Amino acid sequence: MAVQPLHSSAPPVGLASPAHTSDPDVVRVLRDDGSLDPAFDPHLDPETVLAIYKHLVLVRLLDDRLVTLQRQGRIGFHIGSLGEEAAIIGSAAAVRASDWLFPCYREFGAALWRGMSLQAYMNNMFGNSEDPAKGRQMPDHYTCRAAKFGSISSPIGTQITQGVGFAWAAKMRKDDLATLVYFGEGATSSAEFHNGMNFAGVFKTPTVFFCRNNGWAISVPVERQTASSSFAIKGVAYGIPGIRCDGNDLFAVYKCTRDAIAHAAAGGGPTIIEAMTYRLSGHSTSDDPKAYRKEGEVEHWKKRDPIARLRKHLELEGRWDDARQQALEAEVDAKIKDAVAVAEKIQPPSLESMFEDVFAEPPWHLQEQRDQLLKGPRAKGH
Amino acid sequence: MPQMNMVQAINDGLRFEMKRDERVVVLGEDVGKVGGVFRVTQGLFDEFGDDRVIDTPLSEGGIIGTAIGMALYGLVPVPEIQFADFIFPAYDQIVSELAKFRYRSGGEYPAKLVIRTPVGGGIRGGHYHSQSPESQFIHVAGLKVVCPSNPYDAKGLLLASIRDPDPVMFFEPKRIYRAAKGDVPEGEYTVPIGKAAVVREGQHVTIVVWGAMLYEAIAAADEAKAQGVDCEIIDLRTLWPLDIDTIIESVKKTGRVVVVHEAPKTCGFGSEIVALINEKAFLNLEAPPVRVTGFDTPFPYTLEMEYLPLAHRILPALIETAHY
Repeated sequence: MAVQPLHSSAPPVGLASPAHTSDPDVVRVLRDDGSLDPAFDPHLDPETVLAIYKHLVLVRLLDDRLVTLQRQGRIGFHIGSLGEEAAIIGSAAAVRASDWLFPCYREFGAALWRGMSLQAYMNNMFGNSEDPAKGRQMPDHYTCRAAKFGSISSPIGTQITQGVGFAWAAKMRKDDLATLVYFGEGATSSAEFHNGMNFAGVFKTPTVFFCRNNGWAISVPVERQTASSSFAIKGVAYGIPGIRCDGNDLFAVYKCTRDAIAHAAAGGGPTIIEAMTYRLSGHSTSDDPKAYRKEGEVEHWKKRDPIARLRKHLELEGRWDDARQQALEAEVDAKIKDAVAVAEKIQPPSLESMFEDVFAEPPWHLQEQRDQLLKGPRAKGH
Repeated sequence: MPQMNMVQAINDGLRFEMKRDERVVVLGEDVGKVGGVFRVTQGLFDEFGDDRVIDTPLSEGGIIGTAIGMALYGLVPVPEIQFADFIFPAYDQIVSELAKFRYRSGGEYPAKLVIRTPVGGGIRGGHYHSQSPESQFIHVAGLKVVCPSNPYDAKGLLLASIRDPDPVMFFEPKRIYRAAKGDVPEGEYTVPIGKAAVVREGQHVTIVVWGAMLYEAIAAADEAKAQGVDCEIIDLRTLWPLDIDTIIESVKKTGRVVVVHEAPKTCGFGSEIVALINEKAFLNLEAPPVRVTGFDTPFPYTLEMEYLPLAHRILPALIETAHY
């Protein structure tokens, strides 16, 4: 597999070029003029494209609103997906209903697409008593089994081997499902990535490794994560096919994910997809990227905004315009406002709930500690 | 009733559970064709096939990480870590993931494994085949920890562990894998998790012990008896959740306690046991609680019999505590 150099602080050859054909090893469908390359067009039905576009707008506005809420001190934290929406939602939209998602912590758009309610997500942001994680984890560390969406933790890469094991178990039981495992390019430096890729390769598990190469792992650029010529090429060492796609191109992401899932479902085993995208925001609300990267780089990527590019496609087809955009934004805004208002009024979790779910039944020591807490003085400021 | 050693009893327990419940799978390094380096899984590969007795790549993190994924799917994996000394590449998966899954997902994703691994010294294993890291798992909220001392308990606790809804660290004292023998019923029975055994009743000093050191405690108690000190011996069997009631009941009777374990002294599980006794039975104590343990050094090779809390070190502690 011939692979182009990684993008870094210098704009990448493939994605910087106005011509979509400049890098033949990066799958791209959506051209700069909004038209689709017929050679790779996944032939998504127009209604689905429109639904995805609306969802991208929701996720973008939600990101914006959550950052504001954090700045206002109303929520503690947010880790967003600004600029990576097409990679996240395009992939989630491409899997089958039977497939499961093993998320990192930046894929709330995928959870919502798969059916997690906006209210449940917002309840997690506020850590209230109706938060699916019962207020036990930071914001953006939710869970949604009903959406076949895993439980989020902060340690890097731990979901990778779990996603492999889950798919492996399904294969043993001869159940027709695959797993889509998300991680950032920084996670490819973790032991978990190696373990997951190696086990998946050896046991040919139906797993799609979805690497969001967003350029940065907090302050560390891609060239500090690897000396490889790409992240997809790492598959070679594990006997796993790798493919790079334009991560800001909904159609390319969709096509690569759908094909990889079909390959897995047909018994072909795992694939690693490197979606080349860019983290337009800081790592999280706790991060200031001005300290380590040049504004010019961000400006370059803003011109490749995945939502603007999809909108251009819809406009070219005569299916979108300013009036529709304004109406959508007003509608989404109202939905978000409602969810925030509801979440803010819901009570915090009960004191007792701190001691539940450590074990299926609380043993004596947890009962004792719970009773001590209940009898004792209350903390201020929560 | 058949006589078995620990290896045979655990093997029998695994076979019984794999027959009973097809969700039970065994995975680990060398557990398949060769039946494990201690032969605990011998014969299971031939009986159940390579989908249920899986030789994995050499990666503890990969074994536990994928086993958690299998558990989330609904299987009941029983991974083996070849030596507890090698468990640390998987520590992140155990601590950050396995132990917290039920809690952090609000109960949506209970992840249940029984992680089997040989522990303890006395086999000329040096640093990396001898350690007893139990307290490093007890300290993590969300894990149950067991350590049987005999074949009957080993099988009974294994069945209970596999059927328990929570993740269990199943520590097997390798020094007595073949040395400890006893009657083991065929088929079904369980030893409840969370229940200690009073191995010997006595009036003067309570000994709290588990695993291979039980036999050293018995030997020391025999010697002490000859010197007029009558010891009560509690084999914890389950380390966490601790059977505090059995310990406190005994300490209230004797007023004196010696805790014995192989792991280093500082922040060893003995520290927690003594703290709990102080909290719950301080006014019943006639002597300071004593710990006889390994030292705060890496586990040594040539001097391992000096490092281990064997009978010759337990005995003076019993006598001094009795006469304090």
